[in-house]
Amino acid sequence: MEGPLVLSPSMGHGAEVVAALLCGAGFGFVLERAGFGRADNLASVFYGRDFRVLRVMFTAIVTAMLGLYGLDLVGFMPIGNIGIIPTYLVPQLIGGLLLGAGFIVGGYCPGTSLVAVVSGKLDALLFVAGVFVGSLAFTIAYDPFAAWHQSGGWGPVLLHEYFKVHSGVMVLLVALFAVGAFWVTARIEAALRRGRSVS
Amino acid sequence: MTEQKSTGEAKDWNPYVAGIALGCVLLTSFVITGKGLGASGAVNRVVGTALHAMSPTWAEDNKLIGSFFVPGVSPLDSWIVYLAVGVLLGGALAVVTGRRFRFETVHGPRVGSATRLVLAFIGGALSGVAAQVARGCTSGQALTGGAQLALGSWVFMFAVFGAAYGLAWFLRKQWI
Repeated sequence: MEGPLVLSPSMGHGAEVVAALLCGAGFGFVLERAGFGRADNLASVFYGRDFRVLRVMFTAIVTAMLGLYGLDLVGFMPIGNIGIIPTYLVPQLIGGLLLGAGFIVGGYCPGTSLVAVVSGKLDALLFVAGVFVGSLAFTIAYDPFAAWHQSGGWGPVLLHEYFKVHSGVMVLLVALFAVGAFWVTARIEAALRRGRSVS
Repeated sequence: MTEQKSTGEAKDWNPYVAGIALGCVLLTSFVITGKGLGASGAVNRVVGTALHAMSPTWAEDNKLIGSFFVPGVSPLDSWIVYLAVGVLLGGALAVVTGRRFRFETVHGPRVGSATRLVLAFIGGALSGVAAQVARGCTSGQALTGGAQLALGSWVFMFAVFGAAYGLAWFLRKQWI
């Protein structure tokens, strides 16, 4: 580790607990006010009616990305100082497909379902119960899959490393991709609204 | 989509404002803790703790959760668990201050509550398996790894959207 940050190695256990609670509370508060405590709000992104989910998510990713790579650029917090999510390509692909299926069938993802439970949604309570059962089933059945699940790791590979471009180029491309997605999805919403009002 | 009734409940935030706020929370978490956000990891630890209570030896030998168990430290005494408790508290604060609490079962106009509850449970179970397979969910993979520009997390994110759009037609009666 070099550089003055991340702060956590210099914190005691109590401070780490408080930091995690506060970060979680900020996360939960924003998810709830974003409207993510309702399954119909979330699912409508998959029917082209309201791309709120995509807007919030991509804006959040771009905001945090600009912050991370900005702090990396000025040397305040090199990107290698934080825990980069390692790439396990096939598990992430299969897990992503399953989570997408869970999302459209169940109406939530694990984080949003927690927020929906505290806002009184019975369907979210059942979803959370399901998450526990799924996690339990996987844990019990894990050992035969362990070799597959733990092999083929690529380590902490970043997009710009994989595509062999400068990190600044990748940051710009991702930001442009998000803006492009905002523009396209706004047109889809407008077209579907027109279509519905005609029929 | 959200119909506001005259109960003084706060409206949903503008999505771009909410996105910037969420991004700032995520960035703050990176700077302070060196880690992003997550949700499903806490469930895995609760499940692991319950299994350990039933059979310590089995749980400690399990290749997935064995590393949770360190002598003298509860497996629940973990960053990801405190984070999830924070999510519940922060969500509750938003609900209370915005007068947004309402007991209901959310579903589209063409299904009843019973169908919706069954599907919610099935979807939750799929997600529970999914988050274990992928080592994270929409928070721990898509948001956290997405902002880092982690390769596998972007593959995960496209897979989530791909599967959900691919299956949307079959589930349409539940939602529209």
